[in-house]
Amino acid sequence: MPTKVEKDSITGQETTGHEWDGLKELNTPLPKWWLYVFYATILFSLVWVALYPALPFSGATGVTGWTARGALGPELEAERAAREPMLAKLREATPEQIAADPQLRAFALAGGRIAFANNCAGCHGAGGQGAPGGFPSLADDDWIFGGSFDAIQHSIRHGVRNGESEEARGIAMPRFQVDGLLTAAQVGDVAEHVLSLTGRATDQAAAGRGAPLFAEQCASCHGEKGEGNRDMGAPRLNDQVWLYGGDKASVVRSIGWSRAGVMPSWGGRLDPAVVNMLTVYVHTLGGGE
Amino acid sequence: MGEVKSPERTKPAAAQASTGSLYATRQKVYPKAVQGTVRKAKWLILALCLGLYYTVPLIRWDRGPEMPDQAVLVDMTHGRLFFFFIEIWPQEVYYLTGLLVLGAIGLFAATSLFGRVWCGFTCPQTVWTDLFMLVERRIQGDRNARMKLDLQPWTSEWLRKKALTHAVWLGIAAATGGAWIMYFNDALEMTPRFFTGQASLEVYFFFSLFTATTYLLAGWAREQVCTYMCPWPRFQAAMLDENSLVVTYRAWRGEPRGKAKQDGLGDCVDCRACVHVCPTGIDIRDGQQMECIGCGLCIDACDDVMGRLGRPKGLIAFETLTSLAASEAAAKPLPPGPQRLACGMQARRPQKIIRPRTLVYAGVLGLVVAIMGGAWLLRETTSLAVLRDRAPIFVKLSDGGIRNAYTLKLGDKTRGIETYSLVLDGPKGLSLIVLDAESDPAGAPVLTTRPDGITQWRALVTAPAGLRLPESVPVTFRLVDASGRTEVRTASVFLGPKP
Repeated sequence: MPTKVEKDSITGQETTGHEWDGLKELNTPLPKWWLYVFYATILFSLVWVALYPALPFSGATGVTGWTARGALGPELEAERAAREPMLAKLREATPEQIAADPQLRAFALAGGRIAFANNCAGCHGAGGQGAPGGFPSLADDDWIFGGSFDAIQHSIRHGVRNGESEEARGIAMPRFQVDGLLTAAQVGDVAEHVLSLTGRATDQAAAGRGAPLFAEQCASCHGEKGEGNRDMGAPRLNDQVWLYGGDKASVVRSIGWSRAGVMPSWGGRLDPAVVNMLTVYVHTLGGGE
Repeated sequence: MGEVKSPERTKPAAAQASTGSLYATRQKVYPKAVQGTVRKAKWLILALCLGLYYTVPLIRWDRGPEMPDQAVLVDMTHGRLFFFFIEIWPQEVYYLTGLLVLGAIGLFAATSLFGRVWCGFTCPQTVWTDLFMLVERRIQGDRNARMKLDLQPWTSEWLRKKALTHAVWLGIAAATGGAWIMYFNDALEMTPRFFTGQASLEVYFFFSLFTATTYLLAGWAREQVCTYMCPWPRFQAAMLDENSLVVTYRAWRGEPRGKAKQDGLGDCVDCRACVHVCPTGIDIRDGQQMECIGCGLCIDACDDVMGRLGRPKGLIAFETLTSLAASEAAAKPLPPGPQRLACGMQARRPQKIIRPRTLVYAGVLGLVVAIMGGAWLLRETTSLAVLRDRAPIFVKLSDGGIRNAYTLKLGDKTRGIETYSLVLDGPKGLSLIVLDAESDPAGAPVLTTRPDGITQWRALVTAPAGLRLPESVPVTFRLVDASGRTEVRTASVFLGPKP
């Protein structure tokens, strides 16, 4: 602190008494209003810390006990209550009834779109286009377990080969080569026969050798002509849609080492109304059956 | 009763020159009451404008069930703008733009002909300020009384008068904010909810906003809005020329000014009546000024004084600068007196209405009216939006065919339910189905509209396995009515794998 107040001779303003190489710093105090607003903000922050959760310790909730999570609960509850009348109707109606009622259908499609994005799009793609490696497209006309409302609803509710639901879709396909049911050469022959079903065999002799093996080992599930079986979840082999790839190497891999797509059962995870909304939405993706 | 002395209003430029500061403190203006033709016209316009503003939302207009029956309504919730028989959808907001363009050009035209009539007579700032000044005058008295009151210590009389003034101002401001929100909500339905605290937060926000701005702008800011805030006075000089009617002081007749009893002087007795009534506090005798809003109250004030002195009226008048210059030239050589007056008045020129500027404004105005009218008459009431699915881009079907999916949005701005057949124009072989749609006898899907709304459909277009198409093929969806006429066509593309 300077012992006496010094004034700058040119501006007449007080100096702080600090001097550097002959330059003196003028003392220009903050405006009063600014200072008081600053004090007020400090006071405000103290009150705030006392009232609200502001300290980074668990349990430091402030005297009001307010938390963001606590405030969210009633909002979600109110949202649920607002939707409940519509959801109750969707829960009771069958997917066919929902699709036939314009109001329910519009609600189901809007809600189904969101539920699909949240729960299904991870594997089946945003528009239900599927993904390579066993995630079937829902936008085409090839339905492994059926594309009717009931079949779609069942698939969503119980899932596929998941061990969670007794009514889960699909049975396991044997690992023909690994388990010694067929030799590697036989697997190649059967693969060639499978390709011949869509007219793509390159080795007719091998395809011919594969035909009786196919009838013996595969036809019980996939059908004599490879028409598939929806009850078992055995896909059609005589069409252009290949879940795991339609080239020979992929088919050999499928026969020898087996394939088994898995889908969770959503019946226990989602509200029945949401399952119904999803059913109606998925049915519109590819036109259903 | 003598004039109460108050500091003479100095122009900002003068204040700046004397102190070197760019800041000029506001000199409060105390406009004096005035009677006369212009004042009557202003009261009439004020009553008309405010009457319209406060009552238009109450006008009812039957639009049928489930539609708002308010004649003028901006329905934000449902995205519609109603104006009597006109209904505009959000995507047609260009009609509103057109109206604003019309308003702007109309303003330009009016300004080039009649000067600042907008500022002086119809501008909301002027209208509400006029109303607020009326309240102030009724409660606190005229100019001198108000100036005295402001110099007084805070007595109970001071407090009573000031409090009453501000209370009435706030009441008017609240009515202004209240009327504003009625243009955006059904007035009859919302008013009870507003007063029982059940209206939405937006309603209370905009009510408060317009109440506060009315109170501040008309009660406190006043002429400062015109001088400092409003951009219009700054560029309206581009519309004004020497053939526009402006408020002018006929200096050739008034100067040299001086006491009425003195001989050899002009008609201006320097009573300062014109200055005292001016709502922006300027002296019109200084010539054309940016602060002058052209309200013409000084004309009334001066005419009143001239009448009392037994001199002809019109020392201050609405006149063109051309006419003023002609009078000036004719009267200049003559000494003050009746002869100079007669000579100057004789030399006046009629206003030139038709000149390049006004012709251009009229032309542009006509053009915009024609475009707007044409657009309105040719307005499509049915629309078809085609949104092609992007995920998946296309779907390969079990038989090797290729399918694209489209979302169709069929909008109808009329009240009826229309039915159209949907036809796909594109390469031969493409087939079209629309989910959940009926079919007409020819097998084409039938789409129905919703009154004043949009229906949504999902269309699947399939190319059979054998059809070889390029990666992208243009296709067109057409809506065909019962008589076979195409109502709307919308283009899209059909995508497939690289051939």
